[in-house]
Amino acid sequence: MRRDVLTGRHFMLGDIACAEGALATGCRFFAGYPITPATEIAEHMSERLPEVGGVYIQMEDEIASIAAVIGASYTGVKSMTATSGPGFSLMQENLGLAVMTETPLVLVDVQRGGPSTGQPTKTSQQDVMQAKWGAHGDKEIIALAPSSVQEMFDLTVEAFNLSETYRCPALVMADELIGHLREKLVIPKTEEIRLVERKRPKAPSTSFAPFKPDADQVPPMACFGEGYRFYATGLTHDETGSPEADSAEVQTELIARLCDKIRKNRDKIVKVKSMFLEDAEICVIAYGGVARSAMTAVRRARDKGIKAGLLRPVTIWPFPSKEVAEVAERVKHIIVLEMNYGQLVGEVERRADYRKVTFVPKLGEVLYTPMEILGQIERCSR
Amino acid sequence: MSELKHPLDVYMRKGVPRIWCSGCGDGIILKEFINALNELKLDMDKVAVLSGIGCIGRFSGYTNTDSFHSTHGRSIAVATGVKVARPDLTVVVVSGDGDLFAIGGNHFIHAARRNVGLTVICSNNFNYGMTGGQFGPTTLLEGYTTTTPYGNIENPLNLVYLAAAAGAVYVARWTTYHARLLRGAIKKALQKKGFSFVEIISPCPQQYGRRNKMENPIECMKWLKEKSVIQNRIDPAKAEVGIDKIVVGEFVDIEKPEFTDLLKKKIDFVQEKLRKKEG
Repeated sequence: MRRDVLTGRHFMLGDIACAEGALATGCRFFAGYPITPATEIAEHMSERLPEVGGVYIQMEDEIASIAAVIGASYTGVKSMTATSGPGFSLMQENLGLAVMTETPLVLVDVQRGGPSTGQPTKTSQQDVMQAKWGAHGDKEIIALAPSSVQEMFDLTVEAFNLSETYRCPALVMADELIGHLREKLVIPKTEEIRLVERKRPKAPSTSFAPFKPDADQVPPMACFGEGYRFYATGLTHDETGSPEADSAEVQTELIARLCDKIRKNRDKIVKVKSMFLEDAEICVIAYGGVARSAMTAVRRARDKGIKAGLLRPVTIWPFPSKEVAEVAERVKHIIVLEMNYGQLVGEVERRADYRKVTFVPKLGEVLYTPMEILGQIERCSR
Repeated sequence: MSELKHPLDVYMRKGVPRIWCSGCGDGIILKEFINALNELKLDMDKVAVLSGIGCIGRFSGYTNTDSFHSTHGRSIAVATGVKVARPDLTVVVVSGDGDLFAIGGNHFIHAARRNVGLTVICSNNFNYGMTGGQFGPTTLLEGYTTTTPYGNIENPLNLVYLAAAAGAVYVARWTTYHARLLRGAIKKALQKKGFSFVEIISPCPQQYGRRNKMENPIECMKWLKEKSVIQNRIDPAKAEVGIDKIVVGEFVDIEKPEFTDLLKKKIDFVQEKLRKKEG
């Protein structure tokens, strides 16, 4: 019997489904710090990781948590941490370090109301811009937004695969609603779960350059304790890992590569789900927990003969620019729904005629009701 | 005739630019660290060196080991991840007083409290040298720095007292004048099971010395020589560092269960319980 993949049907909490997704993908290291509404992920990992021979450690804060995850990942172990807004803020510094040192790791942010301590038990999508721009410096980030307990599992697996493929941190930008939702989860058979492992260099040699990329812009990753004796630094570095604090050429080459390894693969990374968009005149754009109400609202609108459709970014970073631009071209109205005071709507407006775009913010409540959204669709259809 | 090679060259990474000023104590620390590795005959493939930010932060780049140069103050936390994931490795953190005890102070306290098997080596030069010599958590009272132009009014932290209180199993302080004793302490620390700490009073002639009546490296070295008092095993609370007296020696050497050993025992316990349950 396999202890790491609990194949079968479950009735499970979103946060726990996320932890099970991590275990199923081979995650064997978790470092975290308790925070509402992500604590259940840590609690579940502390119980389950020893069962599969993995390690749970609780650190003194979120800064140390992501730092320890980076250290563990550098030994070759799939590693993750989970947090919420205030902890996510503390993690930004070392999220930048993970980008710079090309460290595969998964960071789950179960979003709650902010800024500051905000509303710990209320859902929000207030961290989506921070996910992209929270750490200083240019970078591309991969971030996924689950809409169901099933996706808490599936997208955690996907986040690990993406982080291993591109040697970068991958974020699961969940929200409290999904983290604390209980619903059906089907865990597939082990052989049906697609797993990706980071590329490894062939063997230690005197000419080994730890940050020399292959054609796909991703360098194979050596790990500590394997005889490579390599150097990783948060300073700008060349292919050998040697710091180049003054060279414009090395800085340009490195930053371009770190961004391009994601930008040039965006078609492989970006996923959206759509519903009734073929002939739609009104497009609702919603992600994460919000998309659930939006789906119902769009169905009701169709019942009433309104040509409404839904575009749901599953990947929020890189932003699905092409997909949004294509829809924006042919619909009359775009309604953007997010549980914040206007974040991804700005990305939509960059790809659409802003006069078509209506933004409906929502803060501090459980969720938009389908009737609220339907009302907005009806107003646009008049 | 074949090219002359220093026998310790194999411990140094090639091609990384060296940045330390002449007269800096960090070179002595690097030399004694390498001597310690050499004398212990450790498998260099199983040694990981991590450092934070600052002059001594470049240390990890210079040793021919697996090396990680982390963000400011966070190297102990990164090292904890390395050690927990690979307990068989010898994991060493080498960093400065500001990095380890101002911005990174909390990580130091909690790693010592857990007794995770790291060796932490602190180069204490009384100031933030790389940014031009500002005062830090160890700057002596009335010390002059670029941000205490009228003299420092903050009490310096006694690093060995803190390490002992937080739970370190090995605690020593030497100066770069005491090169051989320092090497011995590093060797002991590297072999110790648990959290070991070696503080090294290390002159920064360029930024601290010349602002505090020690005009050059020789003056700095003379100060360390003349004011150091060896007091092994005294209460670390009394192990002061001041302009007139620097207490050096070995203050703590005790045994306590190490963190990764305890973790492994717990994992084994859980797995054994499961095996019984599953029959």
